[in-house]
Amino acid sequence: MTATALRPPGAGARPEDDVAPVQRMRRIPRWALAVAVVVGWVVVWYFTKGTDTLTLGGRENTDTHDTLTSFRDWVLASRDTNPIVQLTTSIAEVFRSSVDWLQRMLSTANLPRPVPEVGWLGVTAVAAWVGLAIAGWRIALLVTASFLSFGILGFWQDSIDLLIVTFLAVLAAVVIGMPLAIWIATSARANSVVSVVLDLMQTMPTFVYLIPVVLFFGIGASGAVVATLIYALPPLVRIAGHGIRSVSPTTIEATDSAGQSRMQRLRKVQLPMARATIIVGLNQTIMAALSMATIASFVDGPGLGQPVLDGLKINDVGRAFVPGLLIVVIAVMLDRTTTAASERAENVARRGGHQHERRRKLLLAGTGLLALVLVYVSRVSLWAAEFPESELGTSLASVADSASTWVTDNLSSYTNPFRNEFTVLVLNGSDDRPGLQSLLAESPWYVTGAAIAVLALVVGGLRALLPTLVCLAGIYFLDLWHDAMITLTMTLVGTVLVMLLALVFGVWMARSRRTDLVVRPLLDAGQTIPPFVYLIPVLALFGPSRFTAIVAGIVYAAPAAIKLVADGVKGVPATTIEASRSTGATRWQEITKVQLPMARSSLVLATNQGLLYVLAMAVIGGLVGAGALGYDVVLGFSRSEEWGKGMAAGASIVLLGVMLDRITRAAAADRSAPREPSRTSRMRWGGI
Amino acid sequence: MTRGWKGGRLAALAVGATLALAACGSNSIDAETQENEKKAQAAGGACEELNMAVNPWVGYEASAYVVGTVAEQELGCTVNYKNLKEDVSWQGFATGEVDVVIEDWGHPDLEKKFFEGSGDGSAMDFGPNGNVGIIGWYVPPWLAEEHPDILEWENLNKYAQDFATSESGGQGQFLGADPSYVQFDEAIVENLDLDFKVVFSGSEAASIEAFEQAEKNKEFLIGYFYEPQWFMSVVPLEKVALPPYKEGCQEPPEDVDCDYPETVLKKIVSTEWAESGDPSVDLVKNFEWTNEDQNTVAKYISQDKMSQEDAAAKWVEENPDKVKAWLP
Repeated sequence: MTATALRPPGAGARPEDDVAPVQRMRRIPRWALAVAVVVGWVVVWYFTKGTDTLTLGGRENTDTHDTLTSFRDWVLASRDTNPIVQLTTSIAEVFRSSVDWLQRMLSTANLPRPVPEVGWLGVTAVAAWVGLAIAGWRIALLVTASFLSFGILGFWQDSIDLLIVTFLAVLAAVVIGMPLAIWIATSARANSVVSVVLDLMQTMPTFVYLIPVVLFFGIGASGAVVATLIYALPPLVRIAGHGIRSVSPTTIEATDSAGQSRMQRLRKVQLPMARATIIVGLNQTIMAALSMATIASFVDGPGLGQPVLDGLKINDVGRAFVPGLLIVVIAVMLDRTTTAASERAENVARRGGHQHERRRKLLLAGTGLLALVLVYVSRVSLWAAEFPESELGTSLASVADSASTWVTDNLSSYTNPFRNEFTVLVLNGSDDRPGLQSLLAESPWYVTGAAIAVLALVVGGLRALLPTLVCLAGIYFLDLWHDAMITLTMTLVGTVLVMLLALVFGVWMARSRRTDLVVRPLLDAGQTIPPFVYLIPVLALFGPSRFTAIVAGIVYAAPAAIKLVADGVKGVPATTIEASRSTGATRWQEITKVQLPMARSSLVLATNQGLLYVLAMAVIGGLVGAGALGYDVVLGFSRSEEWGKGMAAGASIVLLGVMLDRITRAAAADRSAPREPSRTSRMRWGGI
Repeated sequence: MTRGWKGGRLAALAVGATLALAACGSNSIDAETQENEKKAQAAGGACEELNMAVNPWVGYEASAYVVGTVAEQELGCTVNYKNLKEDVSWQGFATGEVDVVIEDWGHPDLEKKFFEGSGDGSAMDFGPNGNVGIIGWYVPPWLAEEHPDILEWENLNKYAQDFATSESGGQGQFLGADPSYVQFDEAIVENLDLDFKVVFSGSEAASIEAFEQAEKNKEFLIGYFYEPQWFMSVVPLEKVALPPYKEGCQEPPEDVDCDYPETVLKKIVSTEWAESGDPSVDLVKNFEWTNEDQNTVAKYISQDKMSQEDAAAKWVEENPDKVKAWLP
């Protein structure tokens, strides 16, 4: 349901050289054509509004939905004899017993022992040692501080449980994902098939497949691991596949001439040379896995999601905030560790080994011994086994709670009127002036459909038209047209606001190192904190409404877009900026005429990712009164007779995502260069 | 060989530290382990594990943890609490992952699938739990006080414009609830000719927050709500009278034009577990308490911020007579 990327792929990449100046050779500019289409649409809307909108009531469903529900019922009824279920149950048993064993070792009492086999001191020491071994002193300190914060804030067990589930899901992702990555790297046909499946896995809202996953894999840890795995697998496959594919052909030819086998080529050349990219993929997979923490606890998955939901049940912002914050701590810790580890591996490989190999080994042996000693201590001494109780977590919770109350009490008299004005102006419109939603959702379906198709053709050419038509047809047949158009409206509005933020903050961060230092951790937090933590304050400010859903989407999507823009602008060569300065350009000219145009590929990528990220929050929108497809998905998750409607809504979200992705992709490719987009940009566009 | 010496010093330091650290209080873990072993033997294994589904609302938690606490304290059971939504809980009966759903508000579709007769027979009705669910249309207290006539449905249209929001398309807004609940409000609005549009809050948290803000800022709000609910003790919402419920007035769903009936909340259990002869079966069978009882524990959890375990243990200690009546 949610896609997290602390560092979206390509974030650090330089803008490609081939996306140079925009071609402005057409006779009629594209924007003029698009405006003409919209004007025509408004005119038609004026005379036809409110007819054939295919509106379906919140608790109504159609035969299509009932058919999907009865298919689910059939699978459910056959579970005792279904061979697939037999297989998945035995896989589930492996996950369940692994989680159980790890928990008894590290987080819960291993009865009759009153405590786990290894206490907090030992676990922290070993984790810090691993940090030291793979990434150095600074990371070891970061890891130590993170683990201590789990205990000090009073969530030791839940934090370790979340790490266990994440670890198993990521391990399974590597086992399944690496062969797939190699396969798609070496076969174009495999690539095109697997890509579609990965798109589906990433855009289908989790609430849709959570119940079937439980049906096949059971309640609790096993279901949680599998649900996490489904969502976390795609980034690894995509990015690793891309890395392996991009190993320079000359290197491969050179080594091939030495007469190596395919296996040797893979093991000795392709995999080692793609190592840095593979680790980026692993990093993204870990982040995606963490973003499932709260969702997994809807089916009794162990971890920090449980206390977050406990806070939500009693509308206690503080109680949800502290475990939410710890999820951010874990995300930042794992992100920085994997990044540092990969940089270090790069350096070592480049220099051909560690500089002080012998000293390093001694150091690791010494500290390793110390860690083992601490493990022993934590097995025999109660103080080292059970984290001492501390009031810090509760006080932090009450601080967060009163801060949130203060903000909402003082601001809600401004925010609610603002919401009203904004909604009427942008979404609702009036009788003779359409808002975006009235245009999309209150026009007859064939008018909206035709308008979208023509707009896709205008901005993206034939390559955009075809997927658009397929997706629109799919949405039509899933019987949720009206809801889909409302969701599309919210997604578009949210993305425009996201891009405004991305331009302002992205440029600011790129131009000021200090701003970057301050803002970046906030962006990391915005991306990894579970939305369930900030739902209540946002609701208090804006009430249950579509605007609230848009705000939630922005909180989630803006960080990724801001980072992409910042990195893109930063990547503009210093010499180019120097040159423009020497011609006496003002700062404003420098930004608008040099930096932004040259970072165009990053801007387009940020827009594309912004769209998909905002769309990913549609389901959260359903939880805060925005209705539409998000509500349908939650409904399907909540009431068994409505599962088919939820499934149809989930599929509609997937289709919207694919449509928006293909249109933006085609628009950018069509504009930037006459040639095919490079493989790099393709990979980056994959809705990660 | 300075480096080797360094390593040796580190190791020596470590060993010394171990002995020093291990010396303080190392026996408590062993002692507790032995005690736990003894306890396990004493229990004699009469009560096995009890898998208690915990559906996501505070009132449910109150019931689940009180029954669980009694099972632990009096029968020596190991209770596994499983945080699940209703659908998933029912799915778990057949696989043995869930034994008990302690508060069910009525799920005809799930009953059809899992009860004997129409379904696979993995679940069965274990009788009422004593709580009575009251569902209906509610307004914040300030509104009921200022405009008392709003508590009659006939007067709602008079105020429709006051209830309008940016979401309700020019009509009054009726705030629908979390999709988990049975709701006929779209039909009721239409069949009673009310100038309202149902906007679904989508979650209990959103509904509660909306009512809380409406009371605080004296805003018009009407919506679907229910008791027993902990929030009622924070903001005592007032119920609007709809045409009274009569047998059959909810059939078919699109023709509903009456109030919701009172719902007798039930216990649903796994058939296999119910036939296992485990002592906890009788406990669950006998369990019955009032809305007031549940509200007390719910208040401990939501207002006094106690953990579910502590809240339940407190109530159990305060009410030995009621607990005794449930024991086998």
